[in-house]
Amino acid sequence: MRLLTRKLPWLIGTLLAVSFFTFMLVSLLPGDPAVMILGAGGVSPEAVAQLRLELGLDRPLVIRYFDWLGSALSGDLGRSPMTGQAVTDAILSRLPVTIQLGTMAIVIALTLAIPLAMVSAYFAGSRLDRGISGLGFALMSVPGFMMAIFLILVFAVGLGWFPATGWVPLSESPAGNLQSAILPAMSLAMIELALYMRLLRTDLIDTLQQDYITLARAKGLPNWLILTRHALRPSSFSLMTVVGLQLGGVISGAIIVEEIFALPGVGRLLYQSILQRDLLMVQGIVLFIATAYVVVNFLVDLCYSLLDPRVRYAE
Amino acid sequence: MRSKVADSSVVRSRAQGFSAAARQVFGRGFGPGFWIAAGWLLLVALCAVFADWLPVRDPIDPVIANRLNGPLTTNILGADGLGRDILARLVHGARVSVVIALTAVSIGMVIGGTLGILAGYFRGHFERGLMAVLDVILAFPWLVLLLALVAFIGQSLAAISVAIGFLWIPAYARVARANTLSVVQREYVLAARAMGASTLRILLREVLPNVILPVLAYGLVAMGLVIIVESALAFLGLSVEAPQPTWGGMISEGKRHLATAVHVALVPSITMFFTVLSLNYVGDRLRSRFDVRESNL
Repeated sequence: MRLLTRKLPWLIGTLLAVSFFTFMLVSLLPGDPAVMILGAGGVSPEAVAQLRLELGLDRPLVIRYFDWLGSALSGDLGRSPMTGQAVTDAILSRLPVTIQLGTMAIVIALTLAIPLAMVSAYFAGSRLDRGISGLGFALMSVPGFMMAIFLILVFAVGLGWFPATGWVPLSESPAGNLQSAILPAMSLAMIELALYMRLLRTDLIDTLQQDYITLARAKGLPNWLILTRHALRPSSFSLMTVVGLQLGGVISGAIIVEEIFALPGVGRLLYQSILQRDLLMVQGIVLFIATAYVVVNFLVDLCYSLLDPRVRYAE
Repeated sequence: MRSKVADSSVVRSRAQGFSAAARQVFGRGFGPGFWIAAGWLLLVALCAVFADWLPVRDPIDPVIANRLNGPLTTNILGADGLGRDILARLVHGARVSVVIALTAVSIGMVIGGTLGILAGYFRGHFERGLMAVLDVILAFPWLVLLLALVAFIGQSLAAISVAIGFLWIPAYARVARANTLSVVQREYVLAARAMGASTLRILLREVLPNVILPVLAYGLVAMGLVIIVESALAFLGLSVEAPQPTWGGMISEGKRHLATAVHVALVPSITMFFTVLSLNYVGDRLRSRFDVRESNL
């Protein structure tokens, strides 16, 4: 609890700064939003001035910021002048897709990374370890979109197991949903996999040299038990932090992957809003993503301090 | 004492031929993989520099008759959906990747490195303020920030370089700050201060030389990442505009022909993969060679 009261002001400060930065970033984009909405050619200056007044663009920037922040806090991010849809509704309707995609990617990456890293760390320096590390190295040199194209080529065009594009909602058919989500999630997971594996391997090698591991060995515990019970637990905390910090990478990857596979997610919405210069929508989505990122990492940090006895007792 | 040992080893190795002597002086060799990767990088760099003078076809001239022809037919590496020569486009596209990789990493290194050293040396409010700003920048996923920046400053080669360079400032500032923090506590900085050296002199003569190596060592790996970032942007159609070919743009165009002509996407993908892999590999080997902590000095 004391931890919470100490860290909460930091969280609020960061969120305020993030919102201000978002607002400035989008407000400073070139082009008059009013002109853009009405279309470039043949619009009377009066009509533009009228719309500027309606949108509140005639007021000073700082006042507009507090206005926007105030309504954002009550869940209203404005209404897109292009589609007429409320920004909050647009985000919320697409959020499940992105969350499912991100979660699946992280779960796939972790289930592959943990055993591979354990084998690699246990046999550190061996041929097997070098092979696994080399694989991770190669995976890190592949951009997400290239992995997506490769997977489409093999599993959609070649084998025809999964669809190349499209999305089936979970409510419609769970099997179809899984089928349409597996390739995008795999392409996102591969890059994360390499990062997780590399980190966990280094961390585990370090942990395996600790005295209590030697003690566990001396007691005659089987190797798999030492690896899973004694070594993985302390290393899992740094893994957790990296998974949290890497969320930004997952979201960036999701923008591209959703675009390639034509998935109706938040990333694709952002990309298309940028192409259409739908500023209010861009502003709302960027604020949403950045806030989510900060809050999740705050929670990870908090869990870390509560769960890790080394940190807990140091408090 | 030390030089005597070195002398005798050089004399002894001269008898064993040049390669053995080199091994004595420089330590264990890098191995063939390193040299293959370095050679590939050199080739890419040469292509980028001499693209206009190399004996390749016109990268933007569509020859409809060659449309989607495979490798080793009318064109050495095949032709794309408009009948343009893929080899020529790869060579000219290398220019974009190389220029952006070099400028973006330099921008991040110089601005981020300077801020990091100043923060690590002066501490106090400046350090806390800078770290807070960096935290805020890092709260935005890189592609989100990049898309917004590119919408703001345009899609010219210079604009893209600056936008990607901006992304690297936080990372470099952190590396430089961490290294400065450990350097500042050393005795030689204290000695310089005791001798009455000015702050500027301490920063330039004592701190900078000791911080610059770990910062530079990060450079090649960072370039690999910059190439990935640029290609992602090009894939989304937001990097340097047509007709200038880019590797990411070529892969994006090739995606349309996956079912009929795989090579259109595959050839640029393989080229880019080897380039980034080489940068990672060479960068990693050089870093472990020159990293003071790892090479038991």
